[in-house]
Amino acid sequence: MGDIAIQVENLGKKYKIGANQARYQTLRESIVNRFSSSIDRIKGVSPKEENIIWALKDINFEVKHGEVLGIIGRNGAGKSTLLKILSRITKPTTGRFELNGRVGSLLEVGTGFHPELTGRDNIYLSGAILGMQRQEINRKFDEIVDFAEVEKFLDTPVKHYSSGMYMRMAFSVAAHLEPEILLVDEVLAVGDAEFQKKCLGKMGDVAGQGRTVIYVSHNMGSLESLCQNSILLHNGVIKSFDKTKNIINLYLSTTIKNEKPIAFRVDRQGTGKIFFDDIRIDDQMIKNRLLNVDLFIQNREKKKISNILLSIVICDSLGKKISNLVNYIIKKPLSIGVNGERIRLSIINLNLVPGTYSISPFISSDIQNSEIYDWVIDAIKFDVPDYDYYRNGTIPYIKGDTIYLDYIYEIISNS
Amino acid sequence: MENVKIVVDAKDNWKIFNLDDLWHYRELFFFLVWRDIKVRYKQTVLGATWAVLQPLMTMVLFSIIFGRLAGLPSEGVPYPIFTFAALLPWQLFAFALTNSSNSLVNEKNLITKVYFPRIIIPFSSVVAGLLDFLIALGIYLILMLVYQIPLTWRVLWMPVFVLIAIITAVSVGLWLTTLNVKYRDVRYVIPFLTQFWLFATPIAYSSSLVPEKWMWLYSLNPMVGVVDGFRWMLIGNAVQFPPYFFISLLVVLVLLVSGFIYFKKTEDTFADVI
Repeated sequence: MGDIAIQVENLGKKYKIGANQARYQTLRESIVNRFSSSIDRIKGVSPKEENIIWALKDINFEVKHGEVLGIIGRNGAGKSTLLKILSRITKPTTGRFELNGRVGSLLEVGTGFHPELTGRDNIYLSGAILGMQRQEINRKFDEIVDFAEVEKFLDTPVKHYSSGMYMRMAFSVAAHLEPEILLVDEVLAVGDAEFQKKCLGKMGDVAGQGRTVIYVSHNMGSLESLCQNSILLHNGVIKSFDKTKNIINLYLSTTIKNEKPIAFRVDRQGTGKIFFDDIRIDDQMIKNRLLNVDLFIQNREKKKISNILLSIVICDSLGKKISNLVNYIIKKPLSIGVNGERIRLSIINLNLVPGTYSISPFISSDIQNSEIYDWVIDAIKFDVPDYDYYRNGTIPYIKGDTIYLDYIYEIISNS
Repeated sequence: MENVKIVVDAKDNWKIFNLDDLWHYRELFFFLVWRDIKVRYKQTVLGATWAVLQPLMTMVLFSIIFGRLAGLPSEGVPYPIFTFAALLPWQLFAFALTNSSNSLVNEKNLITKVYFPRIIIPFSSVVAGLLDFLIALGIYLILMLVYQIPLTWRVLWMPVFVLIAIITAVSVGLWLTTLNVKYRDVRYVIPFLTQFWLFATPIAYSSSLVPEKWMWLYSLNPMVGVVDGFRWMLIGNAVQFPPYFFISLLVVLVLLVSGFIYFKKTEDTFADVI
């Protein structure tokens, strides 16, 4: 069987973006496109190089049996693509890899759960989807139920579960998968703090049983405690492969370096019918808990486009998503006129702790047939300085906090 | 412990079969079927009643419009029996066609999040239709009693015709579901196709209305053979065994093999495109 569990050579994955990236093509469009592209070929126009994005390039590494390898990287660095390729969900464009052993992958908690079915049914269904045999599930059934703490609700359809119960149940099935090689994508961040701790413990057990694990996460703490070595991915290439501690330091020191104005960014996705031309952040008002983001949006179509979906994702300096601000969620219909629009996003009662944050704007057509127009990851950053959030003359600082909450303490009785 | 080794190379082309893989995931097939059946009878208000109502109402409607108003001949048996015998395989076929054509898109969540042989999806999506079929068959047997039509040994042929109906549906379904992943307007073609196909199959009318010299052309539609086969089994001596049955079989074979190849060739891109 040898020493090596996972061997990856020259792995690469190419995605086509730009004009052909209309998410769902229609047959009619495709026929028209084929026709026009063959005209292009006659004219000698070659397909544009900037329409191609390498989500991963020249990836080489080895993992020994029993080793737990961490993968770190910002949003869009290629972590998920790498896991998807190793899980055989999608095929690489270049290179090859070998996995010596049975593989299980957890890219999402609750894959294959059906809301109408009971907890009991879902344990079997989800287990089978993750690659377990019926016998194996029978054997572990009690353990799974115990771990998830859902005995009482086993015969209730999971649609009636609270989200916490649902997550516990889903993780529990997944955690009892026992392949020789396990690929995990940040599924630990589920449930309440206590359950997270339990999950982390379970992950530690898995690692301790001599299984090989590849673990993708933004959670530096869990990476450090689980993985001896880690890989830092950046823009689809391996930037460094080292002891986890060194990788975390490197990651923290190089994060958010993208200073190029949005108009010059080529690593964007979408059809470009509508695109972001400029973003300006007014950070003068942060001390008054107010942040204004002005988006300058251009329209290449010669008509007004209504019912767009506009989303601004705010990430912290580790690339972890803080919030997604979507016009649909606050029921604010938006349309882009022929001459483009300038749209202002105002965040009132900003409660971010001091640090560096990034903004990733996304614009697409309505939810049903979402054609992505433009999407730029980490388009601009802003700093939240130390400031007097509670307006009482001191700068609040508590290590490890992620947001400020408004709160009061009050004596309500003197018992 | 079995030694498993997985090798993926970008340069490798598609493979027709990976038997080890299929064997390993055989239980998933049954679990997906089991889920479909459970959900199907749980989620609807009327539950299993649908399986009774659907063919019954269609039969009544056809009997009034085509039997009474249009006065179409029915090979010497009462028109309701005549058309119900055809509706049995037809409804199974229509269900299987619609479900397999939408199957990949319906299982989008699974395809983008977990690996298993994708071919399981279209095939498992059609099996739930067999339960409806059995219920409808029960009603038909009651109707036979009512109209006092004898049951013959020919009925033993039923599994063959049922299998052909399902394979025809899955073969076309393989094409459509694969196209559907990339081109979402295929979804709108399916109801239209089913309706068109209904009238190209001798369900409301008898295939004896088709001139003999065109019968071979007509039999290019595999459902002609299936429906005539059902009438031959269930109605009695007035109907002969479908004459160009081998043509129907040949068409099914071509559809199945080509659909399968097309599916396998595009399989690798499903997760990227869907």
